[in-house]
Amino acid sequence: MNELALAVPWLGKRNPQAARWLVIAIAIGAPLVAMMFGRTWVRVLDFALLYILLALGLNLVVGFAGLLDLGYIAFYAVGAYTAAFLASPHFDLHTPIWIVLPLAAFFAAMAGITLGFPVLRLRGDYLAIVTLGFGEIVRIFMNNLNYPINITNGPQGINSLDPIVLFGWDLSRNIQVTEELAINSLFLYYYFFLACVVGSIIFISRLQISRVGRAWAAMRDDELAAKAIGINTRNMKLLAFSLGATFGGVSGVLFGTFQGFVSPESFSLMESIAVLTMVVFGGMGNIAGAIVGAIILSALPEILRHLAVPVQQALFGHVLLDPEVLRMLLLSLAMILMMLLRPSGLIPANAKYSHIRYLKAKGVTE
Amino acid sequence: MEIFLQQIVNGLVVGSVYALVALGYTMVYGILGLINFAHGDLVMVGALTALQTMMFLMGVAPGMSPIAMLTLSLLVAIPVCMLLAFTMERLAYRPLRNAPRLAPLITAIGVSFLLQTLAMIIWGRNYHTFPQLISTTPIQPIEGVFITPIQITIIIVSALMMAGLILLVTKTKLGRAMRATAENHRVAALMGVDTNMIIALTFVLGAALAAVAGVMFASNYGIAHYGMGFMPGLKAFTAAVLGGIGNLGGAMLGGIVLGLVESFGAGYIEQATFGFLNSSYQDIFAFIILGLVLIFKPTGLLGERVSDRA
Amino acid sequence: MKQTVVALAIMGFGLSVAQAQEMVVKLGSVAPLTGTISHLGKDNENGARLAVEDANSKGITIGGKKVKFELMGEDDQADPRTGTTVAQRLVDAGVKGVVGHLNSGTTIPASRIYNQAGVPMISPSATNPTLTRQGYKAVFRTIANDVQQGGVLGKFIVGPLAAKTVAIIDDRTAYGQGLADETEKAVKAGGGKIVAREFTTDKATDFNAILTKIRGAKPDVIFFGGMDAQGGPMLRQLKQLGVEAKFVTGDGGCSPEMIKLAGDSIGANAYCSMAGLPLEKMPGGTEFRNRYKARFNTDVQIYSPYAYDAAMSMIKAMQAANSTDPAKYLPELKKSNYPGVTGTVAFDDLGDIKDGAVTMYQFKAGTWAPM
Repeated sequence: MNELALAVPWLGKRNPQAARWLVIAIAIGAPLVAMMFGRTWVRVLDFALLYILLALGLNLVVGFAGLLDLGYIAFYAVGAYTAAFLASPHFDLHTPIWIVLPLAAFFAAMAGITLGFPVLRLRGDYLAIVTLGFGEIVRIFMNNLNYPINITNGPQGINSLDPIVLFGWDLSRNIQVTEELAINSLFLYYYFFLACVVGSIIFISRLQISRVGRAWAAMRDDELAAKAIGINTRNMKLLAFSLGATFGGVSGVLFGTFQGFVSPESFSLMESIAVLTMVVFGGMGNIAGAIVGAIILSALPEILRHLAVPVQQALFGHVLLDPEVLRMLLLSLAMILMMLLRPSGLIPANAKYSHIRYLKAKGVTE
Repeated sequence: MEIFLQQIVNGLVVGSVYALVALGYTMVYGILGLINFAHGDLVMVGALTALQTMMFLMGVAPGMSPIAMLTLSLLVAIPVCMLLAFTMERLAYRPLRNAPRLAPLITAIGVSFLLQTLAMIIWGRNYHTFPQLISTTPIQPIEGVFITPIQITIIIVSALMMAGLILLVTKTKLGRAMRATAENHRVAALMGVDTNMIIALTFVLGAALAAVAGVMFASNYGIAHYGMGFMPGLKAFTAAVLGGIGNLGGAMLGGIVLGLVESFGAGYIEQATFGFLNSSYQDIFAFIILGLVLIFKPTGLLGERVSDRA
Repeated sequence: MKQTVVALAIMGFGLSVAQAQEMVVKLGSVAPLTGTISHLGKDNENGARLAVEDANSKGITIGGKKVKFELMGEDDQADPRTGTTVAQRLVDAGVKGVVGHLNSGTTIPASRIYNQAGVPMISPSATNPTLTRQGYKAVFRTIANDVQQGGVLGKFIVGPLAAKTVAIIDDRTAYGQGLADETEKAVKAGGGKIVAREFTTDKATDFNAILTKIRGAKPDVIFFGGMDAQGGPMLRQLKQLGVEAKFVTGDGGCSPEMIKLAGDSIGANAYCSMAGLPLEKMPGGTEFRNRYKARFNTDVQIYSPYAYDAAMSMIKAMQAANSTDPAKYLPELKKSNYPGVTGTVAFDDLGDIKDGAVTMYQFKAGTWAPM
């Protein structure tokens, strides 16, 4: 929260207290403002919150522990499919969300450890490519496990997942206040997701300054040195993978129940890369960075969709590039330019946690 | 029996395509330690540029012989890819040479998408038919085992390319400079090697290979498409790691092994698992092999150097 | 609690903006415009666009006002999540009906949003049976579903083609797998034997390994459930492997693109199925093809006639109901009986196209000729 507040331009440095209130106000008020532009934007915000959860989880692995994971979406898939198995007509089970969520978190964490064990020795690019493979393997299994026994229903996906019901209160129903006024279910989901995100932020920011967080930072910056001072790097890595995966799993459950339909095509390599880009774009190793990155990059396609055609028509009189082409173009350029011009992201992590900067300041490296 | 032999042929052909692409990967990785994700897309650019040239040639000189046409289109595709790779290296990768590990990787992914998008703008979304200038009429060296002239060409070309590269790297001054740069570019620079030039040259050389690979790939399957490079690129990278990254012979071996594994995997997995698994799992072999190799023999089949570039 | 009050106020405000002076009626079209099947996506959109332009040039009057139809073409990237966002966007924009989506995987989650908003949706290409079996009132399709099409395909394979042994390949997409499974059932029901069941993906280009295995099983017929981009190269590789079995595929391969991509490897032993009646035999079918070509400077791929019919039947229903209000024209849409480019568009209780005629085509003289 503090990091986020400090990241507010101008105000953050001068009056952190006010900035903090501003962040809270934005978080609470965002869907109301979005509503003025249409429900789409509330839905976009809902998904943005899911992406924030994902980015926070991946940030644990990549940013805090320095383990580059290109198959992160697999854990999202594990979460979503756990929800689909336990709470849908597919197996005719309708488990309440309070049981589904922890179970999904548990399964995702197990998946994280399963991935973590074999890749303990790998680093850098090798780790990236093996995790990428892991992500693909999980997706391929989801896509094919309808035979010989139908487990995942294959490429057809699983439909009609139960909505989230909190204390008998169905989030997928609009609340009818009077005949004409209703609170849209998108709002309910928004605030529920927001609560999850806030909880995660508190948990992660405590974690970051804890023994574990410091051990991760040490391991990321110099694994040998970390070992030498008595950090059990194996356990720390496994912990990073499993905790990161937990967030993916929880986010997956929320995604599945929100959308009501899961199919393997939602968990492609592109999604893993998208989440990674969010983390990198916002600033690795930084909670605020992950959040801002997730918001910007998940909203960008929708904004483009909205603006590309009228803007081009106004400028050139006709449409030169379709919005979808423009989106791809801008996303790829953003990835390249961001790395070239501002490699530590929009909101760089604090200097004390930032390896390269620190070393540069000390003149140890170029 | 002929099914078994046919699967070997299939594996060899696919493997040779992987090997061609893997050579480029392994060179760049060997020298920079960078997974150039965009390498697969250079393959695509090579194929589509060649296609464009062929279309043009068919328009102006309809009676041209297929071999001349293929050569000419290669002569256009190769420089285009080289220029592209040079630009890519100069603008996107060089400034990041000392950045944290993740930066060039992300950039490479970005460049890959950029190339695909640009190709989509230039050549459209449709699949294109690629003229099969080398015959695709199968011959049967053994009764029941089919192989086409283009497939034979692919196997020969990739073997030649590998041999040529090995000669270049081991026997020439340029090759020595490349090896020195790969070993330690700072020390190499102190010894008077223009490392920037060498790295750029490696990229350009890799791109030339990619262009050839693209034309071969497209000629074999008869199609070209803006997204055709990504998956083979990933597989080729796997092949490069499998063989021992940075090792040219390894890339070739890795490619062939991967090709054979995929081919036999798809062909026999059903019998091997009593019908529990089937050819729908064809694409996971590459990744499983990759994982196993990296975990148990991180240097790959032929690698000598322990790559611990964290 | 305060914010909910504000939310209510804003929502009330949002509701009242929709009414405009002009009688502009928005229709939506959704299909993947990026990615591997974007050529088919654009084709769908073009089909719907042609219908809208036709309606506009005729000058349709509804409820006493001259109506100008406007088509919002959106890209769902063949991604379910994007599909729901796009659906919401169309609903927000106040579209009166939606033609789309292309894939079953995106159509099913999106249909839920259209259903909640009461916006009728007609898919020109999503064939998964589940779509119309969710109990949604305003979900239709102008194409035969997998069960209908697979049934016809299976009967065709064991009947006219007299196949005893059949090999089946699918591309592990919802479409390919669905169609292949239904065809398999129908083949078995007709007494045919499945000698090989193989798989590939919608991004693959090399099929030699599975085709070799199929060659070993010596089937009379090979059925492929998948799209033209894979079907074309598959035919080439079959020829290169010296396989002479007959090749049958569904509507995904029933395109000029398929013929183009297969090059000289396609012959009279290639068959495909397509819902509806052949374009050439329809009144105005050839004309549709020509007009499409003239307007968009590209050939009809697969589903644009269905998209055209989907959009047209919506417009007709609006005319019949003399209203563009979804609630009012929905009953008319349900009892549509409109002679379209692909056949008579009429829906059954579920929203599937009625008696979903499926025509088989054979490759003859450079084109798919109806049998």
